[in-house]
Amino acid sequence: MSDALHRLAALLPPDHLLTRPEHLAAYESDALTAFRTTPLAVAIPETTDEVVALVRFCHKEGLPFVARGSGTSLSGGSLPVADGIVIALNRLTRILRLDPAQRIAVVQPGVVNAQVSLAAAPHKLHFAPDPSSALICTIGGNVAFNSGGAHCLKYGMTANHVLGIKAVLGTGEVVEWGGPSREHIGPDWCGLFNGSEGLFGIALEITLQLLPRAECFYTVLAGYRTLEQAGDAVSAVIAGGLLPGAIEIMDALALEAAVAAVHADYPPGCEAVLIVELEGPREAVAVDRVRLDEIIRASGPVEMRPARDGEERLAIWKGRKSAFSAVGRISPDFIVQDGVVPRRRLGEALRHIGKFAAESGVRCANVFHAGDGNLHPLIVYDGRQEGALKRAEALAGRILKMCIEMGGSITGEHGVGVEKLDYLPVMFNAEEMDCMARLRAAFDPLTICNPGKKFRRAEERK
Amino acid sequence: MSIPITPTTPAELVEAVRSRPRVLAIGARTKPRLSQVPDDVCLISTGALHGIVEYEPEEFTFTALAGTSLREINQALTEKGQYLPFDPMLVEAGATLGGTVAAGLSGPGRFRFGGVRDFILGVRFVDGQGRLLRMGGKVVKNCAGFDLPKFFVGSLGRYGMLAEITFKVFPVPASRLTLRLTTSDAEAAAKVLTEAANSRWELDALDLLPDSKTVCLRLAGPAPALEALSCEVLARWPGQVLSVAEADAAWTELREFRWAHSGCVLVKVAITPAVVPALYAVARSLEDTRIHVSAGGNVAFVSLPSSVPAAALQERLRALSLPAVCLSGNAPLWCGTRTDSAISTAVKQALDPQNRFPGLDD
Repeated sequence: MSDALHRLAALLPPDHLLTRPEHLAAYESDALTAFRTTPLAVAIPETTDEVVALVRFCHKEGLPFVARGSGTSLSGGSLPVADGIVIALNRLTRILRLDPAQRIAVVQPGVVNAQVSLAAAPHKLHFAPDPSSALICTIGGNVAFNSGGAHCLKYGMTANHVLGIKAVLGTGEVVEWGGPSREHIGPDWCGLFNGSEGLFGIALEITLQLLPRAECFYTVLAGYRTLEQAGDAVSAVIAGGLLPGAIEIMDALALEAAVAAVHADYPPGCEAVLIVELEGPREAVAVDRVRLDEIIRASGPVEMRPARDGEERLAIWKGRKSAFSAVGRISPDFIVQDGVVPRRRLGEALRHIGKFAAESGVRCANVFHAGDGNLHPLIVYDGRQEGALKRAEALAGRILKMCIEMGGSITGEHGVGVEKLDYLPVMFNAEEMDCMARLRAAFDPLTICNPGKKFRRAEERK
Repeated sequence: MSIPITPTTPAELVEAVRSRPRVLAIGARTKPRLSQVPDDVCLISTGALHGIVEYEPEEFTFTALAGTSLREINQALTEKGQYLPFDPMLVEAGATLGGTVAAGLSGPGRFRFGGVRDFILGVRFVDGQGRLLRMGGKVVKNCAGFDLPKFFVGSLGRYGMLAEITFKVFPVPASRLTLRLTTSDAEAAAKVLTEAANSRWELDALDLLPDSKTVCLRLAGPAPALEALSCEVLARWPGQVLSVAEADAAWTELREFRWAHSGCVLVKVAITPAVVPALYAVARSLEDTRIHVSAGGNVAFVSLPSSVPAAALQERLRALSLPAVCLSGNAPLWCGTRTDSAISTAVKQALDPQNRFPGLDD
């Protein structure tokens, strides 16, 4: 162990700095499994004071660090760096305050997303952002990547639910922004910190707004002969003036995977399944569901299956939320794309994706947040085959460029990470990239906070 | 102070910013305190920089130039059955979209789905180096780059000058119903706010009027549902349903600050429901001071009569540890608690290295 690591270890309780190769192996990758890097060490702080001490040490020594929660990033956001350490926040799991009257929770960064809603449930409250990985992903990671989920159209992303942040920045400065109020005064620093992909520093305490849990849900699943019909149905729901909590579509390959993995049951012979969910006070849902049923019936589905009870609703969501891991069962490796297109161009985008996939001979399953125009093509490949990863990445790149050309975005909710490094400069011009680089340098002048994510490291640039 | 420059296009806005060493944007000046800056700062009016650039009802998005009036935007949205759910303020007074973002000002309707920050999607702005830059996006979901659009909400034009803004919108609810509840005092009213905010009703707005005991509560959704919900609310607390005309008048009065003293100090304070009784006690201790509490007890607007010195309010807000910004009148811009940090200076340097825009403390 180097001299610096010895001094680093002294900042932590005994045995809280991992340096042995067999221990580091567990941290060398995240949910973007195609990328692996072994860090110098993994620090496991027990307190936020230790986190501050670690970051200040890194600042003094110019030592890069990567903060990590559960490692569920699909863009490689928590991929380690070879010349730096990982700061694993999994021991910082305390919900510091839960105030049901105020409808807020103050949490440490290692608290698991679903734990917040679980703690709030006795008060009939919940934390709205619900990424598919909610059962394991942490709030710190949700903040860093401004995570979304299935309910973003109506409720927004993580940033829309973060009221306050206490953080240690790349300069070692500890700041406190916002607070328990839903309104803020002055520039919205919390808003800026959300989605900064760990480039600004580490959140130590996060104040979350909680919402009353919807009293009543109405979830309907409809199967369609073609993807386009499903896309048209989404447009019809939107044009109908309804504001569903979620609108999701899965294509044939994704359906096949969900059937294989969790024995989900879908109408046979469908190229696409649409899921629409209404929520609200029971009196309101009772009226809106009649309207929704009319619209969907008129959209020509093969079959329409409204959930008759809570159990059937959960079954519908189980199939949808397990789609990513389900595809993992039918293929050794996959890349999940996260592009966004204007909603009205969904059908067109899917046609292009199908064509690109056929041309490159790579299979691609589609699961997407149709209400947001947020696509999640799952590009499946076998990493053991020569050139397979390259072909998958090339297809991913084509899809991203298409999203930009359609006026959309390269990422809706997964972040740039390492996976889309080449495409941020396509979406933003050189001056805009420069502006972001200057901002980043304000928070982290030494480039020690999660270097190589969102922007390429200087030494890697051509 | 010199006569403001009035660019008519984003390109002209860039020229205007580059033409002077010190500049600040103004819109319709409905929040005049925000642009009270030293005389060497040249004002750039967005008065001629107006118009809706794109409006895609099926995308739930629109893009407009910064000087576009909220009135024009509301009208265009209404025609397509949509609205800005954060319920912009000072619409009839002529407020602009850019000013609303810079001020970070949301109306009573922000209770349900959030404020300006929750609906802004993207901006084109001129930075301190005179570059026209785009941040954020034009689609409803996007997390590429840094979220400068959110940062600009409440930043008073001190970090960049807005040229064009993209917003998310929602369909207008099928109907709305306003109830007026009468309670005994601010303490009782604060309890109503908390309880109603936590109810199953999914309220659209929840405000407490300057009399400190009348709660204005709005339901939104399909009409038959609202009938049932309003009965339940009125079984819980005494009150009455307002007619459409009465409701419109009541909310307009709040949105336009008609309850406030005219031409005097008006302050926005970020609060929590728990502090509501203490805040009304402050009002009672300062002669004829009026307070409107909005968003279920998360924001308060305080209006001082000319007889009360602003320092008295500042002292009391600091005692309650509340941050506040003065929108109009002769008072310190930040008239509550304020913590300064090194990062604030560093970010200012990053976006505006030559201090072309005034600082937050100028």
